[in-house]
Amino acid sequence: MNDLLSTIPSLQAYLLVAAMLFCIGVWGLINSRNAVRVLMSIELMLNGVNINLMAFSSYVDGDLIRGQVFAVFVITVAAAEAAVGLAILLSLYRNRVTVDMEQFNLLRW
Amino acid sequence: MTIATSTELICFLVLSVVVVAGALGVVLLSNIVYSAFLLGGVFMAVAGLYLLLNASFVAAAQVMIYVGAINVLILFAIMLVNKREDLKAIANLTTRRIVSGGVCLGLLALLVRVVVTTPWSLPGPAAVGEEATARIGEHLFTDYLLPFELASVLLLMAMIGAIVLARRDVLAADVVTGEAADQGLIEKARTPLLLERRSS
Repeated sequence: MNDLLSTIPSLQAYLLVAAMLFCIGVWGLINSRNAVRVLMSIELMLNGVNINLMAFSSYVDGDLIRGQVFAVFVITVAAAEAAVGLAILLSLYRNRVTVDMEQFNLLRW
Repeated sequence: MTIATSTELICFLVLSVVVVAGALGVVLLSNIVYSAFLLGGVFMAVAGLYLLLNASFVAAAQVMIYVGAINVLILFAIMLVNKREDLKAIANLTTRRIVSGGVCLGLLALLVRVVVTTPWSLPGPAAVGEEATARIGEHLFTDYLLPFELASVLLLMAMIGAIVLARRDVLAADVVTGEAADQGLIEKARTPLLLERRSS
């Protein structure tokens, strides 16, 4: 038990946390009815991916740390995505006067 | 088990519990404002995990960009669209939630199986540790220069796109003809365009 515990902050442990974060994000993305919460779930998923990248860069690619560079790019794209997503949400709210995802069916048949 | 490894273990366990519990709170709480603040907590805990991985630059970037920019932006959006509304009931909501929860648990099981059974080539090369920030700088200006420049163009495009999408006022004069635009007409046309079609 002690040996097992001493190896816990390992690559696998980080990957498991990232997998849980990603799956919670997917569930929230599917089930949220508030559009802002959908954007929050997307941020959760991006964070799960980032934890994966950072864990691999630290444990497998320790001398080149390319994963950290990719994580910086992911953070950049996430910032752009959040800005555009919230702008779309604002103009949608202005036209629909609701944030309910079920009401946003303009492009659905 | 030395005191350093046990400290690392305790920090890792606490941070992971905060991350997972906070994420569950973000998707499950009914009050969206609580969700937004919990999301900030999750971002901070993820930054703590990065610190445990010897990545101080990315941890600082995470705190500045995610907590300082994205979370504040989400809070502003909540304040702008925070109307108390009773959502229209949809049929089989509980069934939908259970089915999607099953799908997500299946995805989680698949990921866990991959993580546990794959023989990772460990241990890899020795980690650079505190030198990581300088290495990231070298990467950004040598072999990752093109993605770096593309990221700056992407940020500019996102900024302009967000401004164009979110702004409401229009120009006082027509750009092409130079005639004065009828502000009242534009405002009238701009008030909820799609409301009437909702019932159909």
